[in-house]
Formats: sequence, structure tokens, C-alpha cells
Amino acid sequence: MTLESMIQKYPASPEYLVEALRDYQMAKNDHSVTESEIVKIAKYFNVTESKVCSVVSFYSFLSEKPKGRYVIRICRDVPCFVNKSESILKTLETRLGIKPGETTPDGLFTLEYTGCLGQCDHAPAFRINDMTYVDLTPDKVKAILSEYREEKS
Amino acid sequence: MLSRMHILICGGKDCLSSHSKELRDEFHLVLSELNLLDEVRLVMAGCFGLCSQGPIVVMTPGETFYSHVTVADIREICEEHVVKGNIVERLLIKEPIDKAKIKNYSQLKFYDRQRRIALRNCGQINPTDINEYIARDGYLALGKVLSTMSPAEVVAEMKKSGLRGRGGAGFSTGQKWEFAAKSVDDVKYVICNADEGDPGAFMDRSVLEGDPHSVLEAMAICGYGIGSHQGYIYVRAEYPIAVERLNNAIKQARELRLLGKNIFSSGFAFDIELRLGAGAFVCGEETALMASIEGNRGMPRLKPPFPAVKGLWGHPTNVNNVETFANVPAIFLKGADWFKAIGTEKSSGTKVFALGGKIANTGLVEIPMGTTLREVIFDIGGGIPNHRKFKAVQTGGPSGGCITEAALDTPIDFDSLVAMGSMMGSGGMIVMDEDNCMVDVARFYLDFTVDESCGKCTPCREGTRRMLDILNKICAGNGTLEDLDLLESIANMVKDSSLCALGQSAPNPVLSTLTHFRDEYIAHVVDKVCPAGVCSNLTNYTITDKCIGCTKCAKNCPVSAISGTVKQQHVIDLSKCIRCGACKKACPVNAISSKPLPKEENK
Ligand SMILES: Cc1cc2nc3c(=O)[nH]c(=O)nc-3n(C[C@H](O)[C@H](O)[C@H](O)COP(=O)(O)O)c2cc1C
Ligand code: FES
Repeated sequence: MTLESMIQKYPASPEYLVEALRDYQMAKNDHSVTESEIVKIAKYFNVTESKVCSVVSFYSFLSEKPKGRYVIRICRDVPCFVNKSESILKTLETRLGIKPGETTPDGLFTLEYTGCLGQCDHAPAFRINDMTYVDLTPDKVKAILSEYREEKS
Repeated sequence: MLSRMHILICGGKDCLSSHSKELRDEFHLVLSELNLLDEVRLVMAGCFGLCSQGPIVVMTPGETFYSHVTVADIREICEEHVVKGNIVERLLIKEPIDKAKIKNYSQLKFYDRQRRIALRNCGQINPTDINEYIARDGYLALGKVLSTMSPAEVVAEMKKSGLRGRGGAGFSTGQKWEFAAKSVDDVKYVICNADEGDPGAFMDRSVLEGDPHSVLEAMAICGYGIGSHQGYIYVRAEYPIAVERLNNAIKQARELRLLGKNIFSSGFAFDIELRLGAGAFVCGEETALMASIEGNRGMPRLKPPFPAVKGLWGHPTNVNNVETFANVPAIFLKGADWFKAIGTEKSSGTKVFALGGKIANTGLVEIPMGTTLREVIFDIGGGIPNHRKFKAVQTGGPSGGCITEAALDTPIDFDSLVAMGSMMGSGGMIVMDEDNCMVDVARFYLDFTVDESCGKCTPCREGTRRMLDILNKICAGNGTLEDLDLLESIANMVKDSSLCALGQSAPNPVLSTLTHFRDEYIAHVVDKVCPAGVCSNLTNYTITDKCIGCTKCAKNCPVSAISGTVKQQHVIDLSKCIRCGACKKACPVNAISSKPLPKEENK
């Protein structure tokens, strides 16, 4: 979907800026906006480019930096922590060879932290793009990662 | 056509992930084979709040409660229960403590002590069908309000009920409505705060997923009371099912003219729009939330002016939490006096708590204010699993504090929790046992605040970072007694001088663990020992001869530090081990021990 057709779903008023940006990024493989896109978006919503940049830098779902096709957001809140989310993080780190905030060289996975996903009774949990995974164990994580790797090839 | 029997299948998100859709399909198939589709109605209900036993199927009438139901069980349920009226004993839910089988779910201790007002419809109705909400007196309160009460009477009734905000601060909802009602402006707004971000809390999600109309109805009542015609629900994008159900509910309510112009032919107009968040915890704070709805960075601002005077786009705005709203229709239907009679003198009604951590029944419970923590944790929650000892319960999320054994018999309400150095918060209740290190927990909470601090004010931005440095030092075994004093004084400084409640409450977990578990801190800094066996520099993991060689630990080790062959005792390579505890959790026979390092082995 092009940028134009996407943002035109929203009224051209600044209050829709955050949502439009989020939806547009979700639809893109690299989950980010480029400078030239920011220029267009600013124009459409009738705000300054610096305003768009400041909004993008504030929200954790928005980014100017390209991300992997699958963004893994691991819950780092206490109920998950009490249920050993640390071991899930370490499994992701060793399997993917990256630390939180980084992207794998093949551009497939980005690893990030998130706040509580509201799945605390099924902790630990993470999200991959729009899907939530719960009751994780390192063993399960390995299987989930292989599924995503296969999906791509 | 009236059905003789309803089969309620838990369609909560958690059960969705445990295949409740497949259960429904199988029910459908078997019932159609048996030619019973006309007589029996299948309902995908919201979460029953007992997720550890899911997926759950409830048969009404009779309210027979089946737990851990699988596709393979369904033919038996249909042939035995539906056709012959015989209860399938094997699937009956068991009491977690004495394992007694329970036929009827009101017999279950988990529900026995509960009183469901905010969650009254969760798990009882199909949340995607407005008619089911209406069948349980939905929108009746709104009809009553619009046809028999003046706006001033609505506000007065709200005040009389004594309802206090469930979003954290516990401010009187009636007073809040009164402020907004008294502000003079043609344009006013009602906002529902559904940005639920407190770790360990998921009641708002459950209400939105299980009973979205109750929130819509309450917002319309509030709108009438304060003189507003437009509402916004600000939902976190992490809750896609809630978003979908809300959108659907708004559409249905508009179709039946329960939202829109001229509701109930009263001339009153009210409509609601959704706004989605984009991943910033601080947006749950009401001024930050409004900035976010306006399309700005979600930064909190100093109050006053309060939202009731100058809120969204500068207009008077009333912000309430999801659970607060969910109580409102019941209050107007049954009267403020009814509500006031439940709970304690200063905290009327009930509160939903989300039980998590080291507790047998994880899930949501709704209890009258004034119930003791002991009843919640041991009677309703089923106590601590694996015969471990209770150590503390954390309430109020990152802003709250830890409560110890000694205080378990205090009746809980807004004020008693504050008196114990914690707070109600949004109702997360995280239970910790002897295997949790309280210094590590405090460090963890702080790590969270350091990340979520928006950076606007110095005490919050720098102070919390300094505190985290000290805690890291202590956990690594390098702390001193002076560090404890320094930690305490910075904590008090941050508490007193931060701009918003995020910073003001960030030191609470540190202060409360310092008060209640000072001995654990002292063990770390003086003896260089982590008594719970958690802090990695101060702990060693070993596999004892209880090991049966099942290989689960090795499979679950994230860094491949465990080796061994099948059916033989495994060993841990301590130079690779990161002390994450995954093996201990995976071990079926409790063969892995995490022991504090003996003193002399520490650097
Ligand atoms: C950092 C921070 C986060 C908050 N997060 C939430 C939240 O997720 N949900 C909520 O209802 N209130 C939250 N609040 C409280 C709101 O500012 C506000 O008091 C509340 O929505 C009012 O509703 P109530 O009176 O019904 O409780 C938060 C406050 C702070 C300071
Ligand atoms: S703490 Fe991880 S989902 Fe709530």
C-alpha cells in the first residue's frame, strides 16, 4: 500500500498523526518511516516536520530506524520476570545473535523490550509483530523462531 | 427460539490461545450430528477469570464448570451431559487446595468469596452481541438516567455511591464528575483510560474483551451528567482483541441508537471514538494521555489546571478508568445506597485484582473492599504452589510497595494499603515466595522506571538512574552499608521532587523493600550473600542426584551450559551458566538447587 492511500484514510488533522504513523509502519516490512515519508506526512497533516520527528522518537512503536521484518517485543515487567523471562531473553539473544535494540544482519528479526502485555497470568510473554505468545519456555521459543524462519523461505 | 441449554466456552484471549475456537467447532459438529443445534446455544463468553484451569466450558442451567477441556472431551460432554443430563465427573473443576471436585461453580472457593460487579458480565455473555448485554439489563441504567434524572441528580447519585477511581489514585468519581459538570463550556469530553500499563494488571483488558458495552453505557451516563457529547476511549495497541470488540460494540450501539443523536428519544446526543496508543507507558497518566490523543508526544504536564477545567484541546474533560466505568451502570440500576453498603466505609464497592506470580490460581478476582490479603491469597488464590513459603506481595505495580506476612490480615482498601506503604494501583497483585530476592525485585522495578521516565524532570531522570546504579552494585556483591543510606536518601529526594506521579512513586519499591527486607540488603552488602539464591554473582546452580536425566534442563538452557546423556545425572558448566533459573523451572523433579555462594568463594 502506498503512503498516500494509507494516510488518506485519516482526516487531515494532527490528532490522527500518531495512529496514521503506527498503521503505516505496521504495514511496512521494515516497520519504520524514512525522511522523505516524514516530509509527506507532515504536509498532509499540516504540521511541521520536526513535530513528526518528535512524535516518532517518543513512541516506542514508531521508528526512523529500519527494523527487521519480525519485531520481537519481550515483556520485561515483574510478573514475567518472576516467571523467569530472563531465560527467554537469553534464549532469543543466543539464537538470534543480537541484543535488545538490534536487528539480525539478514533483516529478519529485531529484538526489543516492551512493558506488560496484560498476559501476566500466562507469563512469560512476548509479541512478534501482532501476535502474542504466552507461557514461554526456552524450548518453545526455539520452536517459534524456527517457524518464523521457515515462513520466510 | 428459546434454547433449553447454553454452553459457554471461554473466549478470552488466553483461552483463544488454548484453542477455544476449535472447541466451539467440535461442539458445533457433534451437536449437529445429534440434531441438537436448535435446542442448545453455543456462546463464546469472555474470560471466566480462572485462566490456570482453562479452557473452561460452563453448562447452564446448573452452572456446571468443566476445566481443561480438550477437543477429545466434547463428544462425551454432548452425549452424556446434553443428551442424558449426566455430569461428566472426570472433567469437573477441582478445588486447588483439597482437590475436591466441584459441581457448581458458585461452590468453588475461587468464586465463593467473590462479588462480581465490574466483572458481572465477563464470562457470562457473548461480548460481540449487544442483545446479550441488553438481556442482562444492559443500557437499562442509561434509559433510567435519561428518562428520570437530571444531570445534577446523576452527579449527586455518583457522589453518594462513594465510588473511587480504580485507575490508581482512588479519587472520588462523583467529585470528579461534579468539577467537570461545573466547568462552563459548550464542548466537554469524556475519556475512558484504557491504556492499562501497570505490570501485573489485566482487568481492564478483560472488561473490554468480555463486556465492552458496560463501558460505553457508563461513558454515555457520565456524558449526560457533566454535559458532554463526545467520548474517547484510549486503548493500548497491545490489546488487539479489545480494540476489535470495542469497535464492534460501538457499531452495534450506534445501530440501535444507544449512541448517536437523540438517545432514547431524550434529545441527548453522545458518541464515542477509539484512539490507539503507540507504546508509551507514561501515556496512562491522564495529562499525557490527552496530549497523545491530540497527536503530540505523550508528556505529562503539571496540574492544575486539572482536566476537569482545561483538558482535551483546552476543554473540560473527565477521565476515568475502565473498571471505574464498568461499575457505573450497576450503580445507577441498583442505586447508590446498594453500592455504598458493599465494601468499607471509605472505599465502597468491590475491587478487581489480578493475581500473578507465585500463586496457585492466577487470574482475576473481584472482592468487596475490606477483604483481607490472606483471604485473597490463600482462600481465593489457593496459596503458594510447590509448598514454598510466602514472602511478600507487591501491589500497585511499579509505584506500589511490598507487603509482608505480618500485614496479611489487614482488610484491604485504598487507605489501608497506603498506610502499609503500598497502594491500590490498578490492582495487580504479585505474590513472591522464598525463591525471590527482594533486592533483585527492587532493582528490576527501578530498571522499568528508568526506561519509562519521559526525561522531562531531573529528579526522575537522574535520580532513578543513580538508584539503579547502586542497586546493580549491591546485586553484584560490591555494595557497602553506606550505599544503603545513600540509596535511601536519593529515594526520598526523588519521591519529594519529581513532577508527576511516575517519578513520585518510582522509589516506593526500593523504600518498602528497604523497610521490610533490610536483612536481605544487609546480607548482600555485608556477608556478600544472596539468601534467595538469585543474584548471579552471589549464587551457584548445581544439579543434585535427584536428577532423572530427562534432558529438559539441557533443552531449556538458553546458553547450552548443561550437558549429560539421557537417564543420567546432568551437570552445569558454571563458567557458561548465567543463573537465569530456566533449568530450575523446567525440572520436573526439583533436582536443581540454587544456593548462595559460600562466603570465601566471592571475589
Ligand atoms: C505514570 C502513570 C501511569 C498511569 N497509567 C494509568 C493506566 O494505565 N490506566 C488508568 O486508568 N490510569 C492510569 N493512571 C492514572 C490516570 O492518570 C488517572 O488518574 C486515571 O485514569 C483516572 O481514572 P479514575 O479516577 O477512574 O481512576 C496513570 C498515572 C500515572 C502517573
Ligand atoms: S508482566 Fe509480562 S505480560 Fe504482564
